[in-house]
Amino acid sequence: MSEIKTQNVHIDSHEEHHDDHAHHETFISKYIFTTDHKMIGKQFLMTGIFWALIGGALSLIFRIQLGFPEADISWMRPMLGEWITPEGRLDPEFYLALVTMHGTIMVFFVLTAGLSGTFSNFLIPLQIGARDMASGFMNMLSYWFFFASSVVMFSSLFIETGPAAGGWVVYPPLSALEQAIPGSGLGMTMWLVAMALFIVSTLLGGINYITTVINLRTEGMSFSRLPLTIWAFFITAVIGLLSFPVLFAAALLLIFDRSFGTAFYLSDIYIGGEALPQQGGSPVLYQHLFWFLGHPEVYIVIMPAFGITSEVISTNARKPIFGYRAMVGSLLGIAFLSFIVWAHHMFVSGMDPFLGSVFMLLTLVIAVPSAVKVFNYLTTLWKGNIVFTPGMLFSIGLVSLFISGGLTGIFLGNSAIDIQLHDTYFVVAHFHLVMGSAAFFGMMAGVYHWFPKMFGRMINAKLGYVHFWLTFAGVYLVFFPMHYIGIAGFPRRYYTWSSFETFSNIFQDLNAFVTIAAIITFAAQFIFLFNFFYSIYRGRRAPQNPWHSNTLEWTTPIEPGHGNWPGAIPTVYRWPYDYSKPGAADDYIPQTVPYSETPESNTDFENELAALEKESGVEEVDETKE
Amino acid sequence: MEKERENMEEQLKITRESKGILNMHPQKFAMWLFMLTVLMIFAAYTSAYIVRKGQGSWIPFDLPVTFLYSTGIIVLSSIFMQIGYFEAKKNNKGKVILFTVLTLLSGIAFLVMQFKGYGRLVDMNLYFSDPNNVSGSFIYVITGVHAAHLISALVFLIIVLITAFKVENIKDKLVRMEICTTYWHFLGGLWIYLYLFLQLNQ
Ligand code: HEM
Ligand SMILES: [Cu+2]
Repeated sequence: MSEIKTQNVHIDSHEEHHDDHAHHETFISKYIFTTDHKMIGKQFLMTGIFWALIGGALSLIFRIQLGFPEADISWMRPMLGEWITPEGRLDPEFYLALVTMHGTIMVFFVLTAGLSGTFSNFLIPLQIGARDMASGFMNMLSYWFFFASSVVMFSSLFIETGPAAGGWVVYPPLSALEQAIPGSGLGMTMWLVAMALFIVSTLLGGINYITTVINLRTEGMSFSRLPLTIWAFFITAVIGLLSFPVLFAAALLLIFDRSFGTAFYLSDIYIGGEALPQQGGSPVLYQHLFWFLGHPEVYIVIMPAFGITSEVISTNARKPIFGYRAMVGSLLGIAFLSFIVWAHHMFVSGMDPFLGSVFMLLTLVIAVPSAVKVFNYLTTLWKGNIVFTPGMLFSIGLVSLFISGGLTGIFLGNSAIDIQLHDTYFVVAHFHLVMGSAAFFGMMAGVYHWFPKMFGRMINAKLGYVHFWLTFAGVYLVFFPMHYIGIAGFPRRYYTWSSFETFSNIFQDLNAFVTIAAIITFAAQFIFLFNFFYSIYRGRRAPQNPWHSNTLEWTTPIEPGHGNWPGAIPTVYRWPYDYSKPGAADDYIPQTVPYSETPESNTDFENELAALEKESGVEEVDETKE
Repeated sequence: MEKERENMEEQLKITRESKGILNMHPQKFAMWLFMLTVLMIFAAYTSAYIVRKGQGSWIPFDLPVTFLYSTGIIVLSSIFMQIGYFEAKKNNKGKVILFTVLTLLSGIAFLVMQFKGYGRLVDMNLYFSDPNNVSGSFIYVITGVHAAHLISALVFLIIVLITAFKVENIKDKLVRMEICTTYWHFLGGLWIYLYLFLQLNQ
């Protein structure tokens, strides 16, 4: 007995007196303070797109510095003002701020809020057959906390001392001492405030996602019939719930160190020859706490993209996902392991080398479930009847990027090799391929695939192809050369290396090349932007089920209202991956089709299920209640 | 089409209307998830404590006995809370109000006791903002963050109390009462853990 029945029963009893709500939805209640999960998902998407543009633009500025250190960029002065020196160069302090804000924005605001926020909100109720999230109000709060956090973070870009500049990981002492660098002052305070709000938003969202998946699934939607998207969002939310509080705890101690004179992270510091009073704190303690969130965070970023990819690849390969159980198992495995590998970010922090080798072992183990996922994607594609929609291309792109970036993870995971590679561009290449680009591709796959459901119109596929190929080639051209630069020993987060002979003579060309590729890749995103906004208003009207997909969201009206299904919520009879089932009339059988209606394609076991369905009276489930 | 729209709108109201009842169960569940996040914060602090202590140059301290008294008070308050919950089950409005008030008072007494404990700590030269002694700061942070959560639980208690005054049948609001009870016990248990932890790792 699921909630749905209760709900239906309830419908009858309240038939008489519901005239006061809903009829007059105002602009504000529909688009701004909405509790409809679909609209909240779109709010996250729009805010995420905004942040992606800001984050991307910041990266271009520092890329120009790296690619063309001698260039005169006084033309940026109208925008950047004092951050361009009188000689027309980028201010070195601001360079650090740019790198920091780029990282923070991309990791948290785009790939966490923009990705999980958009798709968990939009898809969870639609795909599990619920009318909305468990608590629409908490869901609304989640968005508005994110919005407030965004406002604070965005404003910090414009203050006189500049935004936070200690790297996205905000290691103390840089982040703890206001006098350390300009960015450690007000900018850092705003960073902390913004992140505190962000954490609240994530936790509110996460609690809601988990509660909804557990409690509000429709009749028949057992866990073994959940689409892999939902599995991924669910596990992502669990990881977030366990790791974000730790960041909160760490940040609180940082705040005390900054403003209340404690010494959790500070010890033996001299500024201008003068010793600071703080003694006995440990900066490595901060690193432990940060990476206890930081590593799971990278999986919070990639897992929703995995989920989306599983769904899109299976649908468009017209084949059942290969190894559904293995896919779920590997998600669980990755989630578990992600909590016990954090110290691989700290191999050279002065940590006990023995402890280092324990973490090395655990780190390398995580390659196993990761590889399971990759192989299952590839075997799903193998001999599939592939339909190359833009969403599909981006999903395949994700698989490619995840392989390329994952392989370098195995290098980095070896503590001895990491001594050479740590904090070089090799690491930058690694995580931009495996996390940055792969998750971005997952997000794009999701946007292209669910655009018809979001806006009731089709997004233009031709422009989608152009967007895909430019982006795909672009990210490889940007990030692949960074491996060489990194092996050569270029440290990350450095303003300039031109005083080193090797670097200025041999690698300058490569750096310039990367910068040009980055500019082109960024420019290509405007094709998407145009396509996106144009199609919202002018796109071809979407058919009911454009990709011939099995999942529940395609059984809603083309433009579903609040409540999603006009009538009763459909019941689910099978898993979501019955594509190209031998014997079946069509190459897909939606989850709402009972086994008793498909005798031609049933296995023996499914025939037994069909018999059971008959016994329990399949058709009667909802009709009788209406 | 038009019909479909209407139908849709109808459903919409229904989901909104039925929310109160529909969400009963999910709310309880959400509270458990929330407690999990709180637990993680303290897992972070206590592990940070152990890691930091393991690094040496640790200044040992004696935990003031006031904290033992507050432990007693919090246990007592949990008993009140539980009795209140049982009375709510029996739909005994007066008793529910009585025991909620008792819980509230003992909760406040707990906080006062904690505050007195801070006075003792100061007497022992253990300060929150001490740049040279992180062990002292840790005590304040751990107990302080716990107290902050306890204050949130007091707010919850007040809400329950107002509800108890307002409704005829307290039994209708049993879920709210139950969630509050769970949270209260959780914070009590958490305190006992923290007390033992600090006691064992001076
Ligand atoms: C095969 C599995 C993987 C292994 C063995 C691995 C290993 C590592 C190691 C050892 C580092 C630290 C390098 C250093 O700073 O010296 C690192 C950095 C990083 N990895 Fe991975 N990784 C893997 C997969 C992933 C995945 C799937 C993601 C994200 C989705 C990811 C995201 C990152 C990020 C963001 C950093 C850099 C953080 C920073 O310092 O700013 N990695 N990886
Ligand atoms: Cu990691």
